[in-house]
Amino acid sequence: MDYFLTEEQRLLQEIAYEVTREWIRPVRAQLDEAEEFPTRLLKILAKTDLFGVCVPEEYGGLGGGVFENCLVVEQLARGCVGVATSFAASGLGAYPILLFGSEELKKKYLPDIASGKRLAAFALTEPGAGSDVSAIRTRAVKSGDEYIITGTKQWITNGGEADVYSVFAITDPTKGPRGASCFVVEKGDPGFSFGKKEVKLGIRASATRELIFDECRIPRDRLIGREGMGFIIAMKTFDKSRPGIGALGVGLAQEALDIAAEYARKRVQFGKSIISFQAIQHKLADMATKVEAARALVYSVARYLDAEPKDASKYAAMSKIFASDVAVEVALEAVQILGGYGYMRDYPVEKLLRDAKILQIYEGTNEIQRNIIGQELNKEYGKKKETIL
Amino acid sequence: MHIVVCLKQVPESQNVRIDPKTNTLIRQGVASVLNPFDYFALEAALTIKDERLDTKVTAITMGPPQAKEVLMDALSRGADDAILISHRAFAGADTWATSFTLAAAIRRLEPVDLIVCGKQAIDGDTAQVGPELATILNRPYATYVKSFEFVDDSHLKITRQTDEGVAVWRLPLPALVTVLKDVGEPRPRSYRATLRARRYEIPVWGPEELGVDEDSVGLKGSYTQVVRIFSPERKKDRIMLRGSVEEMVDELYYWLKEQRVPGL
Repeated sequence: MDYFLTEEQRLLQEIAYEVTREWIRPVRAQLDEAEEFPTRLLKILAKTDLFGVCVPEEYGGLGGGVFENCLVVEQLARGCVGVATSFAASGLGAYPILLFGSEELKKKYLPDIASGKRLAAFALTEPGAGSDVSAIRTRAVKSGDEYIITGTKQWITNGGEADVYSVFAITDPTKGPRGASCFVVEKGDPGFSFGKKEVKLGIRASATRELIFDECRIPRDRLIGREGMGFIIAMKTFDKSRPGIGALGVGLAQEALDIAAEYARKRVQFGKSIISFQAIQHKLADMATKVEAARALVYSVARYLDAEPKDASKYAAMSKIFASDVAVEVALEAVQILGGYGYMRDYPVEKLLRDAKILQIYEGTNEIQRNIIGQELNKEYGKKKETIL
Repeated sequence: MHIVVCLKQVPESQNVRIDPKTNTLIRQGVASVLNPFDYFALEAALTIKDERLDTKVTAITMGPPQAKEVLMDALSRGADDAILISHRAFAGADTWATSFTLAAAIRRLEPVDLIVCGKQAIDGDTAQVGPELATILNRPYATYVKSFEFVDDSHLKITRQTDEGVAVWRLPLPALVTVLKDVGEPRPRSYRATLRARRYEIPVWGPEELGVDEDSVGLKGSYTQVVRIFSPERKKDRIMLRGSVEEMVDELYYWLKEQRVPGL
């Protein structure tokens, strides 16, 4: 379907897809098998300018928004969600600086993140704080001109590989969620080290690692925003990033559909290509319908969010849930259409299925997304006047 | 630093057929692409530009109007400027006439510190244009370059592949190099460069702009002419040797002897 993109938006898609076609697809199975971080591919991506897609032009980026980011990551996800996640996580790590950082922090970090010279990461999750963000224990204590950070972060995408980390820590334990703050920590800061790298079901090219802060000292001006803003920073970041997870789902589902449809046209059973059987046609029809519906929702939400609305969280959550669920459903059907071949590592669809599952889990589980939508609906209907929409 | 990269548009090799009646390449319906080796020439130039920010890279090609596409490609990957050398008079050029014409263009682009070419084009496969161009421009050159680095602002240290191994040379600039794929993986298009390329008007230079006589270029300026092109006949005679190495060597020895190969 034509989404009436501008010339610039089309070009973003084209360039991202070229990287998928020429560089990512040929090596995705190998990266998955070896659990190898795609350093070379990220260097290639750095040369396309795409790392700067949603960084303002004054900081060396392309000045796009949530929508442009979605267009790019969708195309990369057609290649490999492991690679696309490593790419997107750098944007996620940059968002706190971009949205709430001081002019000095923006000038210091954004140009290098936009050029792909330095990779960023977002560090919120802890062993005891997943969906319950308010349970984070990592502490940051002010000492003269420094903050001293102590604690452990878990399952951090790009952990160990990134150079710049947006790290959430409690500055005032008496204030609950309002006692959290966000800091920029650099690889190499004293007291900052990396723990074990996780072995995962899918997105195995991406690096997921523990971050250890053992009295890590950072200059005071690395605080993003003000003390106590950590929770707001995290939520506003997710409002911007969640449609991107939806877009990863759309790209993955598109790839699964493409592979399944091509296979069904070539695979002959009972003397006919299997696409001539209604059972297969109906599966493909449902898959194609879901992909298009997911894309339409993600694009609409992304465009809406770029207008800075007040009810961003609800729609961001919707786009994330719907498209990630579609990704799992469509990948599962693709495996079914390829049958025995689909289950084997010789074909790419089993990887798509393994990769799809994380989309329902990371950046807020789909259950948490439904909570956000539900709470928002409760509020809206509590004060609802009759409206057209 | 000013670097000129010479590019060539060639037929997509997998689809090339030879008309058995006329013995010429069938070009109709065959897509044209950038000569694969020229991607490495461009990459070599852009790598220098990455490191030496004052570098300007100019891509040039000689060919019909549609050869503009390879220049667009070069601009989209980061070349600063592009020149299309195109005119009816240039048609039918052999390697000498091509080099002569490119040399005239490069003289107009002076000062040029370095000229980079791919090791050869996959259609003609002569590997002559690079060395000829350097000779006409009276510059030192190195062919089959695998890697290079700057010794100082006016010298390159290059490593070139030879039949025997590798040779390391110190090359004074201005110079010309033809490069192998070892110089680096060709980069993708960049967003900013592609957007700029789409708005870039590629100048077209003919004999007048180059200040050359129409009789000294194209077919008229060529010392060689292609008389006939043909696909070599495929010979199907073959023998398959089996068994241990000793047995195969024995069998081969007696077979060669039967063929009355001298010395056996």
